[in-house]
Amino acid sequence: MDSVNSLIDGFGTALTPLNLLWAAVGVLLGTAIGVLPGIGPAMAVALLLPVTYGLDPTAAFIMFAGIYYGGMFGGSTTSILLNTPGESAAVIAAIEGNPMAKAGRGSQALAAAAIGHFAGGMIGTILLVVLAPTVANLAVDIGAPDYFAIMVLAFIAVTSVLGSSRVRGFASLLIGLTLGLVGLDQMTGQQRLTFGSLQLSDGIDVVIVAVGLFAIGEALWVAAHLRRGTGPSIPVGRPWLGRDELRRTWKPWLRGPLIGFPFGAIPAGGAEIPTFLSYITEKRLSKHRKEFGKGAIEGVAGPESAASASAAGTLVSMLTLGLPTTAVAAVMLAAFQQYGIQPGPLLFDREPELVWGLIASLFVGMVMLLVLNLPLAPVWSKLLRVPRPYLYAGILFFAAVGAYAVGGEAIDVVILLVIGLIGLMMRRYGLPVLPAIIGVILGPNAEQQLRRALQISDGSVTGLVNTPFAVTVYVVIAALLAWPLLKRLLPFHRRNSTPTSTQTPPPGA
Amino acid sequence: MSTANDTGTQRPDERPRPTGLRAYSELGVCGLLLAVGILVLTDALTMETVASARGPVGPRTVPLVVGTALLVVAVLLAVDVLRGGRGEAEGGEDVDLAEPADWRTVALLAGVFLAFAALIDPLGFPVAGALLFWGSAFALGSRTHALTRDPLIAAGLSLLTYAVFHLLLGVQLPGGPLMGVM
Repeated sequence: MDSVNSLIDGFGTALTPLNLLWAAVGVLLGTAIGVLPGIGPAMAVALLLPVTYGLDPTAAFIMFAGIYYGGMFGGSTTSILLNTPGESAAVIAAIEGNPMAKAGRGSQALAAAAIGHFAGGMIGTILLVVLAPTVANLAVDIGAPDYFAIMVLAFIAVTSVLGSSRVRGFASLLIGLTLGLVGLDQMTGQQRLTFGSLQLSDGIDVVIVAVGLFAIGEALWVAAHLRRGTGPSIPVGRPWLGRDELRRTWKPWLRGPLIGFPFGAIPAGGAEIPTFLSYITEKRLSKHRKEFGKGAIEGVAGPESAASASAAGTLVSMLTLGLPTTAVAAVMLAAFQQYGIQPGPLLFDREPELVWGLIASLFVGMVMLLVLNLPLAPVWSKLLRVPRPYLYAGILFFAAVGAYAVGGEAIDVVILLVIGLIGLMMRRYGLPVLPAIIGVILGPNAEQQLRRALQISDGSVTGLVNTPFAVTVYVVIAALLAWPLLKRLLPFHRRNSTPTSTQTPPPGA
Repeated sequence: MSTANDTGTQRPDERPRPTGLRAYSELGVCGLLLAVGILVLTDALTMETVASARGPVGPRTVPLVVGTALLVVAVLLAVDVLRGGRGEAEGGEDVDLAEPADWRTVALLAGVFLAFAALIDPLGFPVAGALLFWGSAFALGSRTHALTRDPLIAAGLSLLTYAVFHLLLGVQLPGGPLMGVM
């Protein structure tokens, strides 16, 4: 099989000493970042975007992928031991894992989570190997109208599916699109929103926008509401599982990816929905239904496995279509742009070494993560005691360094602060951050595809809908937009609605 | 954590609501969106059209669409706020929404940040970066070690970052007079 051969070549790339080192750096950083409160993987990758100036793309993406997967592993440790989930995907782990830890079964909860992540990540990555080349082949001759349709889908999906308020989602998207407009028009060189400033005519670097929204905005928002005296972390020993627990967890581990992977691939908020669905599924199927809510191990194993598999699903859409479905993927897409690489169907043809090296390194990273997290969980949990002033001062420090490194100009640091203040306002008034970042990254690209498509059709709007692919995507968009109306017409949905006590913060924190 | 508020629907909130003007502070967001919308539209309309503009969609079209959409969303958001809808403040591990917001700390941090921007060129990165970390930690409430451990950590972090950027990434941050001496 073709993809098997490519994968073997990929292992050749991933197993070189230097790339192994970057994978190790990535998973170590990722786990630390996942454990540390206040830093999510999206913020971490954003803060590390300056490495793109010095590293070759393969090394950088191997590291970023390690951070993405590592953040999932580490995030569940925080949820279980501290009951304060950092990533929205880790909320479910807190619901069942924290009661387990309180009851002295923290070791088992950590083991169920870590092995769950390993199983989910492995199965998800295998699905990625099988599906990604197929999707890329199907999509290989899509043109400008199709690209434009996909990007509109991304805009609509992040604003309509996620978050509690559509109008706030759209407000966020428009802020992002506006930031993306600043600079010279790509096709005519016309100045837009530059106000005669030479500085702005280069546009606002996407690194500055990502770091400003994710790092500065978050740090300032936490500073405004810093929790005095965090709850104590529960001490634990080495994670392990008894035979009885293994009997209860192996099925959830295998079921999780089936739910997680497809949800990761579509723009539906990453791991948030699939972890919740996996939790409900395990609750229905469990023989120990009464234990749920008080520390049922199935409720840790299944959702955690689903979370990691969804990360693999996310990579399918990002690598094959250039469609970011989560905040991390959006920031990784920004990194691709830094290198001048356009993710999409042609990526597998043009950059096989990069893509397959990245995929192979996911397998390598997963093994590293399991080794790191099973015996060393007690060590990682010590990170929870980092003094908060140092943590957030460090975030501000690295954000400032990153912005300055973009062009060596102090004014960039000021622009960073302004964007950070916008990020602060968005958090204060419930504007989700993800639509803004997607708007900045995809906006200019979408405009170019739109203009290209209309040039081909000589201005006729039919040029946007003249392929079956584009029509399908627009039907999906219409369904997304009409969904609230449809829901009102279907009365049974109301009865069926699940209690929303697990409402989660918007992703991207 | 409170449940999400749907747009336009009123739900009882557990937390006490601020009254008077503060209850409608979210209208400031509408004002901002409105202002940005007007800015984008003005910029697009005053744009000189160049002869090199090819194709039916010029450089104006998308800004016009975005600007108009900004105005529409500003109005829709205002309607939502006036009907009682509220944006849900974001939670987090270290975020305590029960406490009132501490804007003084935010202002201090912004000040420290601007000082860094002003000082990096004259003083060089190692000094300015150390001041940034130390000042931020102080603003965030690190008092017990403010004169002992904090400056050491700040200096170490700043020098290490300088070295890593220079040696590993090949990005030359300004050394300033200090590095000139060394």
